[in-house]
Amino acid sequence: MKIQIRDALRKAAVFANRGKIPYILSLALLALGFILVYLSPRSIPAFLVFAAAAALPYFLEIRKPVKLALAVLVAVVLVPILGARNIFYLEVIFQIAVFSALALGLNIVVGFSGLLNFGYMAFYAVGAYLWAFFGSSQPFLLKAIPGTVPPGTPFFMAADWFYLFIFLGIILAAVVGLVLGLPVLRVRGDYLAIITLGFGEIVRQLANNLDKPINLTNGPQGISPIQRPTLGPETVKFFNNIFEPLVGRPVTVNQFYNILFYLIALVVVVAAVVITYRLDDSKVGRAWTAIREDELAASAMGIPANKLKLGAFAVGASFAGAMGVLFAASRTFVSPESFSFLQSVSVLTMVILGGIGSIQGVIIGASVVIILNLQVLQSFSLFLSRLRQSDAYIPIINFYWRDLSNQLDPSKYQRLVFGIILILMMIYRPAGILPAARRKRELKAHVSEDGGTLAMNGNGGAASGTKEDDHA
Amino acid sequence: MPDSANILVAENVVKRFGGLVAVNKMNFNIEKGRLYSIIGPNGAGKTTFFNAISGLYPPEEGAITFDGHRIERLVPEKITALHIARTFQNIRLFGGMTVVENIMVGAFTRLKQNPVQAVLRTKAFKEEEKRVEARAEELMEYVGLRGVGNELAASLPYGAQRRVEIARALASEPKLLLLDEPAAGMNPAESEDAMKLFRRLRDDLGITILLIEHDMKVVMNISERISVMDYGEKIAEGTPKEIASNPRVIEAYLGRGAASAMND
Repeated sequence: MKIQIRDALRKAAVFANRGKIPYILSLALLALGFILVYLSPRSIPAFLVFAAAAALPYFLEIRKPVKLALAVLVAVVLVPILGARNIFYLEVIFQIAVFSALALGLNIVVGFSGLLNFGYMAFYAVGAYLWAFFGSSQPFLLKAIPGTVPPGTPFFMAADWFYLFIFLGIILAAVVGLVLGLPVLRVRGDYLAIITLGFGEIVRQLANNLDKPINLTNGPQGISPIQRPTLGPETVKFFNNIFEPLVGRPVTVNQFYNILFYLIALVVVVAAVVITYRLDDSKVGRAWTAIREDELAASAMGIPANKLKLGAFAVGASFAGAMGVLFAASRTFVSPESFSFLQSVSVLTMVILGGIGSIQGVIIGASVVIILNLQVLQSFSLFLSRLRQSDAYIPIINFYWRDLSNQLDPSKYQRLVFGIILILMMIYRPAGILPAARRKRELKAHVSEDGGTLAMNGNGGAASGTKEDDHA
Repeated sequence: MPDSANILVAENVVKRFGGLVAVNKMNFNIEKGRLYSIIGPNGAGKTTFFNAISGLYPPEEGAITFDGHRIERLVPEKITALHIARTFQNIRLFGGMTVVENIMVGAFTRLKQNPVQAVLRTKAFKEEEKRVEARAEELMEYVGLRGVGNELAASLPYGAQRRVEIARALASEPKLLLLDEPAAGMNPAESEDAMKLFRRLRDDLGITILLIEHDMKVVMNISERISVMDYGEKIAEGTPKEIASNPRVIEAYLGRGAASAMND
């Protein structure tokens, strides 16, 4: 049975990759997905069809420029239109983008360099609080009692500084990454995990408690409101001319803000992917992997392990810094709660689930976790609560749904569900959904015939197989 | 004592681990372009001496001079930059990386690219990457490996892994190559090949080679001079013939070694 399925799949794959078929297939499915979501914006199956259609070209044999064009079409045209019809999707995709960048950053530290980090959210917090502080009235409230905002307090700086602060967020997070990196270099493995965990908590507690003696963070209440970049009425009008006919109704300013933040997040993610991919395929990336594989051997090969570990921390942190600034602006509100240990674990979950060390993998990991979180689990709870309000019952045991305890709300069991998924993954697919694979280089083709003075002598030496004992 | 012909001079090198003196007042030198060996029973301190030279476990006392530089206080990457490379007794490849990548890692100190160039994919970067990849392939062939460039290093048979490790060390363009039991676990035909390779490294590439080896056939066959270590100290030094007839050596080591070599 299993073999039959695999056979059928392989035949389907061969068929789908013949001639022009992949192009027709992806366009057709994309059109179908788009129409489905357009017509029923709230249907989850429709959304899944669209998501699958968007992901399909990646797996088919399609010329690279066409793939790129399809991706741009989906990301810049289709998603904003659908998002304007159902703003919830835009929120889902925005979160996917934000967490993809976070997962990519953490992947450099954990996946490439093999340094466990349980406090990654701290860097996100650094970026978020940077703009939260300067993008709100907080600098004028340093002496105010936490939680009180005298009416009429102006904003500290103009809203459009936001764009500069994305870069400042990158720099500050990278610097904080270096500062964390310095003491961390002395420890390895489990100890490193504990230290980073502690670091994450320190940053959160600082955010919680730096409301006195000087009110920097406004404590547990958080900072609000935080400015968003300006979107003038003319701009809104201009874009509405384009969007209104497509969406079928005028798009509000808030919806445009959602689209704007989604697009900025997209730019950050694309930059993160390009940077990660290119660093990985360079001297630095090879050195990171070498350190992960065998630090002592890497040192002996002339790799300054400490410098490179610091670099990994800084680059990984910088992605989080950029997304932090974006997060603060998009929510217009920042509080310590968003940067808990569980959030750090969530990002780690995305990396492990998707495929540790795999760029495509961690993006898929982020998507799966977010969609599961925001859509599948929540709609399941919605479904249950609807059942609860009905007269339906389970026949044989005569159990009325309305008697179902409120405690059994799936959206409250996120962690449980993720825990189960992680355990199953570790058992059945420990390398993740899309495991990392080493790049195959185009080397000169060699027939492995014997030749040269030093041809390999078969497996003669392999007979002993295991490594020699370490006797100095 | 320091002679211009000596590429490496170690004087009174001491390395302790807690109360144990692993290397005790070791004096050693090797002339440029030669192939010397260090032998000795297990635990004699041979590998520790290598670790002291390559900077992995810096010595507590003594001086090591390489090519006119004092290196006993340098970190490993500085020592590699000065053109010393090594292999490990228990092969230490980057198992999850491909063979070519392993060798490319070896070239780390010789690459001029920086991360910004890597992200921008500048012309200089691309050219250097192409160069180092081609060089890695060349080295792979030089040590006698073909068609395995894209295989994971861990998936190769034992003998081939040894070769990859040597190719990786060669990628750092060494003047001095420290080989820690390179023939361990090899069958006679393979160690024959390995000896040919070492001679070629010395004769064609002019690399000075220092060998730790237990295989007496290899050692006696290939070495120009042999130093014998026991309990962290050098107890004898000389040509293979002198060593073979040195009573102290026979007592400390060669008795057993010769017997096992004959059993081979």
